[in-house]
This record gives sequence, C-alpha cells and structure tokens, in this order.
Amino acid sequence: MIEIDARGLSCPLPVVRVKNAMDGNSGDEIKVLIDTEETRENVTRMAENRGYAIVDETVDEDEEIILVLKPA
Amino acid sequence: MIWVIVAGAIVGVLAVILTKLGNPANMGFCMACFERDIVGALGFFNWEKPAIAIRYIRPEIIGIMLGGFLTALAYKEFKPRSGSAPATRFILGIFMMIGALVFLGCPTRMVIRMGGGDLNAWVGLLGFIAGIGGGVLLLRQGFNLGRTTKARFSDGLVLPGIMVLLLLLVFLVPQFIAGGPILTSPAGHVGAGNSPVGPVLGIIISLAAGLLVGYLGQRSRLCFAGGVRDVMIVNSWHLGIGLVAMFAVVLVGNAVMGNFGGENGLAWSFANQPVAHTAHAWNFLGMALVGLCAVLLGGCPFRQVILAGNGNTDSVITVLGMMAGAAVAHNFGLVKAATIYGQIAVVLGLVFCIVIALKNRN
Repeated sequence: MIEIDARGLSCPLPVVRVKNAMDGNSGDEIKVLIDTEETRENVTRMAENRGYAIVDETVDEDEEIILVLKPA
Repeated sequence: MIWVIVAGAIVGVLAVILTKLGNPANMGFCMACFERDIVGALGFFNWEKPAIAIRYIRPEIIGIMLGGFLTALAYKEFKPRSGSAPATRFILGIFMMIGALVFLGCPTRMVIRMGGGDLNAWVGLLGFIAGIGGGVLLLRQGFNLGRTTKARFSDGLVLPGIMVLLLLLVFLVPQFIAGGPILTSPAGHVGAGNSPVGPVLGIIISLAAGLLVGYLGQRSRLCFAGGVRDVMIVNSWHLGIGLVAMFAVVLVGNAVMGNFGGENGLAWSFANQPVAHTAHAWNFLGMALVGLCAVLLGGCPFRQVILAGNGNTDSVITVLGMMAGAAVAHNFGLVKAATIYGQIAVVLGLVFCIVIALKNRN
C-alpha cells in the first residue's frame, strides 16, 4: 500500500501528491492522511474522476481523516 | 459542482447590485481595492493628503471574512492552523497586492471587468493564466512552503476579532487625532455616503452581501486561481465553472440593468474604462504576478480572506501582507505601474516568487 501524508499541506499539494502516486501506480491501494474537509473533498473528487474507489474512510480522535483509495 | 456555480452566479449578481448602490463601476467586489480602502481609511498611507477617494472601511471585506468564519463554525470546519512559512507568505501577500494594484483589481474584479466590457481585463486574464501556468511548473518542480500544524483556538480568532472592531469603526467613524484617521473619501466618492439608499442602509446592505458571499465562498471553496490552476493540473473544471458562471451573470446583469451604452455607460473597449488603464504590458504582468503569488500561496485573494476566517493563520498573515502591500503601493506610487518604480516592483515580485519557489522544494 502506498501512503501519502497530506496533512497541513496547502492547496493543491495534497491533490498533486495523490495524482503523482496514481500516475506511477500499478494497482496498489493508496492511503491518504488528511486534516481538512476541503482536502477530503478534493482528493475524493479526483479519485472518483480517475476511477478509484474509496474503500475505507475513517476519522480518528483528532478529527484527522484516513482515506483508502483502490484502483478499478 | 452546483455549489460553485451558485456561488459564482450570486457573487456576480451582488456585484452588479452593489455597483448600483454606490460602488465604483465594474467594482462590485474587489478584495485588493477594498482591503486597500480599509488601509486608507485607517490612515496607513498618504493620510495627510486631502481628498483621496480610496478611504472607506469596507463592510464587504468584514462581511466576507465573518461570513466565512461563522459558516466554518457552524459546519465544524473552524480549525486554527499555522506555521507554513508565515514570513514568506507575508512578503508574497505584499507582492500579490502590488500586482493587483498595478492591474487595478484582484481576480474577482478582473472577472467583473471582463463582464463589463473592459478589454484591458482580458489582457489581465492572459497574464493571470500565464502566472498560474508558471506557478504550476514550479509546483511540478516540488515547490511547497511546508506544513501547517494545529494552532490555538484563540489564534484563529484574531483577524475575525479585528473585523468586528473594524465594523464598530464603520459606524462610529471616530477621529483619533485632529484631521487624522478614521479618514473618509470626499463626498460623491466611494463609501456608504455615496449610496442612493443612504449611508446606514448602504453599510448594512454591503455587510449583508459580504456575509452571504462569505457563506458561499466557504461552502463552495470558490477560488479564482484554483479555477485556472486545476484545469492545468488535473484537467478539472470544478472550480473554473464558478468563474464562468460569474462572468456570464455579470455580463447579463449589466445588459439587463442597461449599464451598456450611453454617455457614461459601459462599452467594449480598451480606452476610457472605469478605474482601469491601457498599459497592456503592465496589465499582463501585474496579473501574472497575482496568479503566480496565488498559486504559491495556495489560493487567490478572495480565498485567502475566506481561509483567514476559517482559522488558517497563514492566510491571516497573507491578508495582513496584502494590506501592508496596499500601503507600500500607494506610498511609493507603484499603482498602475505609472512610474518606473511600479514597474521595478512587479519585476522584483516575479523574481522573488521564482527564487522562493526554487529554494523551497522537496
């Protein structure tokens, strides 16, 4: 599984980093750590546009979000 | 996506209405001009000069930030964060304002000017796109200003709190020293006193419009730089469609209100446009600087105001940098790049952005 820590990064860096991971991805799941709702929306939208499914979405006690994206 | 379209469209409608209610032509909203007006009213530049028509504590800016702040609180998205190269962001804020005042408007006003027939704004758009393109290239080189970390709740309240204080000053207009701030524009120029509905109602309508725009901006994430940037980076028109909607609504709104034609009406031309100039190179480069700064900062001037209300203290620093930039631009006569110093400032800003971007890579 590829892991990307997008916490605290300004827009659009989380999307750029996830996109870069997708571009070189041969089928692994991608786990993204996120700390704002805006970033969650942006990453989710791009994932769906690129045919990735959100297979897991959890929010921890610090309100940080973990998304797991799986390629189709 | 529907949210972004609705937000862009309503900002466009309100821009046309606010112009009818006393705001300057093709300037229903402008983050750069309005922040500059606030700084002018507070006497941070040229305060001993009489009769400057750019002195007004803008209820629109107060409304947009507080609207974004209250919306973030209501949706549990108010999360104070800080620490992503604040000093660098302050300087980028200064240059973003200088670029905007060389062009005479932030990206929001650029779209409004485009919908009002001002062809100079289309030159500005080309510069804006070029600046964003440069910023995207730098992002691809690995540019970033580092991560934010959690900040104290009270830290996120600082600028919204100052906005509440400014709101009191809008109504009270105290004179702190003889002949000094709070300053106002001369009669007939910008300010609530220029509104056909009277000063108090004029302030209340401007504030209400700002609050609504703040709400819409917070929910939709509308961003003028993001709209262009995301097309380049991920081929997404999600944000860009909001700008198209706003342009269309302003254009139709101006037509419906009969703003085109006539002796003092709007026209499709370069010359004689309201609060504009025809120095094409500097319209282009001014907006290129705004676009480049906006990509490096992670959002356009409008987005920075919304984020500042959402607890992002790096955006607070950026907004304060823009306000300092307004004082710099007017004190040193950089506005419109009418002097060689204004032109040097724009080039210096572009060089600064590129050096900062190349020095901050990983």
